[in-house]
Amino acid sequence: MSQKEWPLWEVFIRSKQGLDHKHVGSLHAADAEMAIQNARDVYTRRLEGVSIWVVESKHVHASNPDDAQAFYEPANDKIYRHPTFYQVPDSIKHM
Amino acid sequence: MMTDPTMPSQAAAASSPETPTQLFHYVLQLADTSLILAHRLSEWCGHGPILEQDLAMANIALDLLGEARSYYQYAAELEGKGRTEDDLAYLRSAVEYRNPLLVEQPNGDFASTILRQFIYDAFHYHLLLQLKSGPDAQLAAIAEKSVKEAAYHIKWSSEWVIRLGDGTEESRRRVEKAIENLWRYAGELTTPSATEKALQAAGFLPDYVAIQQQIDAHVVRVFEEATLPVPQGVFMQKGGKDGRHSEHLGYLLAELQYLQRTYPGLQW
Repeated sequence: MSQKEWPLWEVFIRSKQGLDHKHVGSLHAADAEMAIQNARDVYTRRLEGVSIWVVESKHVHASNPDDAQAFYEPANDKIYRHPTFYQVPDSIKHM
Repeated sequence: MMTDPTMPSQAAAASSPETPTQLFHYVLQLADTSLILAHRLSEWCGHGPILEQDLAMANIALDLLGEARSYYQYAAELEGKGRTEDDLAYLRSAVEYRNPLLVEQPNGDFASTILRQFIYDAFHYHLLLQLKSGPDAQLAAIAEKSVKEAAYHIKWSSEWVIRLGDGTEESRRRVEKAIENLWRYAGELTTPSATEKALQAAGFLPDYVAIQQQIDAHVVRVFEEATLPVPQGVFMQKGGKDGRHSEHLGYLLAELQYLQRTYPGLQW
């Protein structure tokens, strides 16, 4: 057998109907089918989920930590972007 | 429970005075089969080729162990002599074990373990499908629960047979070797013992001919996709269901039963 490693996959589990899939970890598998089966065996042993997504890790593109200043700090002083400056009429419930 | 005349599904089964004893022996056979295969799979724990498959085998082992416990508990109840599930599992010798020869075969390499599992899963899944609508309520309930697990097992082992057969030269060579070594134990699964024949005649067990056809269809489908030739005209070994085992079972039981044999009644 070739010594080449199987590719890495990111695993997302939906814990119950109506909730979003959440990232739970990663694993190695030869293809998507095997990745889903492996995810079932590794991540849903204790009733954690009702649905599984897998994405090959190489398809996930991440922001660069070096860009943090440029990316996130400009939002710090723009509190007017939060919808907290409106008077909510009394008759509006559940806000 | 099984002789309760008020249950409509009992009408088809014709119980005789020997039926409870036969049913006890048959349930014990199911229990031994699940326990021995669970033990073999558990031997992989910590040694699997990769973490994910190590866990997959441990999960299947635990499924089978759970199923074995249900059968042992029911067998103890059917016998009615005060023995417990632990007595039945830990304090019977190899000649009293009733598992077919297949499940006691050593793990060998990964391909051998996969093929042994594939042969067993094809039988196990299709048997449970029948048992879950059978006339014995307790057996039907256990089958109903276990068939969901078995459906996953057969998917897992079938996909691995396809991967290995249609994989690299090395994986194919290994799975072909496993077929050569293990196929001879497939026939015993669907060859009824005297006990099974009696229970089939009484309507408690399904005929194995239909199950064999379903197994054959599944094997052909998987082997075709795996580009493996379907074994033909193999001489089939048997004896395990009558207590005639290979030398491997003695060693396995020595390990499995060690604690209870050395420290009788030990608990933790």
